[in-house]
Amino acid sequence: MTLQDVMIETSGLTRFFGPRKAIEGLSFSVTRGETVALLGTNGSGKTTTMRILCGYLPPTAGAAKVAGFDVTSHSLDVRKVVGYLPEDVPLYTDLTVEDSLRFFGRLRKMRGNDLERRIDEVIEQVGLGAYRDVLILKLSKGYRQRTGLAIAILHDPEVLILDEPTVSIDPVQVAEVRDLIRSLTGQHTVLLSTHQLSEAAELCDRAVVLKDGGVVADGPIADITAIDPTRRRITIRIEGDDAVAAESLARVASVSSVETAAPMDNGPSALTVVGSGEHLQNDVIVALVRAGIVIASVVEERPSLEAAFLDLARAPEAGQFA
Amino acid sequence: MRNVLTLAQKEARAYYASPMAYVVGAVFLALAGHFLVSGLSAPVPEASLREMLTPLAFAIILWGPIATMRLLAEEQKMGTLELLMTTPIKEWEIVLGKFLALIAMFLGIVIPTFIYVGLIAWYGNPDTGPLFTGYLGLLLYGGAAASLGLFTSSLSSNQIIAGATSAVALLFLTLADQAADVVAGAPSVLLRSLSLPGHYNGFVAGVIDISDVSYFVTFIAFFLLLTTLSLETRRWR
Repeated sequence: MTLQDVMIETSGLTRFFGPRKAIEGLSFSVTRGETVALLGTNGSGKTTTMRILCGYLPPTAGAAKVAGFDVTSHSLDVRKVVGYLPEDVPLYTDLTVEDSLRFFGRLRKMRGNDLERRIDEVIEQVGLGAYRDVLILKLSKGYRQRTGLAIAILHDPEVLILDEPTVSIDPVQVAEVRDLIRSLTGQHTVLLSTHQLSEAAELCDRAVVLKDGGVVADGPIADITAIDPTRRRITIRIEGDDAVAAESLARVASVSSVETAAPMDNGPSALTVVGSGEHLQNDVIVALVRAGIVIASVVEERPSLEAAFLDLARAPEAGQFA
Repeated sequence: MRNVLTLAQKEARAYYASPMAYVVGAVFLALAGHFLVSGLSAPVPEASLREMLTPLAFAIILWGPIATMRLLAEEQKMGTLELLMTTPIKEWEIVLGKFLALIAMFLGIVIPTFIYVGLIAWYGNPDTGPLFTGYLGLLLYGGAAASLGLFTSSLSSNQIIAGATSAVALLFLTLADQAADVVAGAPSVLLRSLSLPGHYNGFVAGVIDISDVSYFVTFIAFFLLLTTLSLETRRWR
């Protein structure tokens, strides 16, 4: 990987708002053409990180470079190469879609026929052809999102920074905006923040997970979902004494914990078994049969991104992935 | 400079697309007409706009806050300032662009009063010097109100607070002359030197005093600089 390949690089990035810490000691990098998700719960520092990376906020300490430009000393250069979609897509509601694009294009030194041609292209690309003369005030949230994306890509930026691009829009529009973002990946280096983990898995090669303003995981999403490949979780419905069942399961060496849930409408009791090992399911069934418990069903949950993310969010200490 | 003009054009278009522009313009023109008629109804009327231009400065207390309060406060509230400041535009370009738009808006309400100049010229023989200097003074007064209002608009994301702060400050600077009459010594001198009408009345009388010009130019530059600093320091807050 050459220096030119690293499009976003942060090192010990820290930002305080007065006494309140937003991010501290954040270090990660994104290479050219990569699509990376910045994951984290609300207040984890995603928006602050993005605002620093697009030259809007200066860091309190540490450094960040975008396309080789330092965000503090070369903020204007950073802003030239970045296309930014802020959270909640703030737009001038008294302008039409076309006038908005023309305004932001002019601020980006685009002029004349080149600007008009590019406006036509991005309007076509984001599917706003029928709305180009409509006031933004009259657009639905989904179409405003598209307008925000059109503004972000208007100058064909090397780096796209998208802050929660599908938040607060309906499922149909979410799918459409995701398709749009997918069409942009590859041509641009994309950093997008989300707390919808399925979105990260669908759109991104890699995720950087933030917690309390620090990086708790950084790696391919497949690695994060398989955070503990040996950890398994099995839900068993039984007919019989659940206390006896729990006691017999607790004696199985590969089982680390057993939780019981009260039966609903006099149905079978449910036991959730967490453990590890290739033969966990087999060991559990044998132990229950030997205890004389009738098994109604056995379901093993696959480790999901959500589960891995919750594990990370609850983890007391940070860790690094591949 | 192109960014300044792009932003000024957008702001001026937005202003003239709103009904508020026409309401404010109509009120300003009506007040100007009222002052003119009052002046011409005097026992010995003068063929000048002095009687109109002098009190018209008070109408700027109304115009300034209304025109300026939304310019930066609304951008902060709606979040569009974030979008704007992530384009390659400098803070001073934003401030100057908005100021130029305000001057265009002010000219939009002042230029219709030229009809009164036409009337005076039709029925009398006015001295053109004081007419020219009077309008120059009015433009500087409007510029001062615009720069002050732009600054207060940068301090808050609440338009009402921004507008009220600007109105109170303008009222103080407009009445400082009267306040100077009731105190003595250094406070009186200070109040008189701060007074907007105190530096404006010379223009209406047909006198261009370099100290009055300096006052208005310094006033405008000072508040535009403060607004730029306010936007710059906003990144650190």
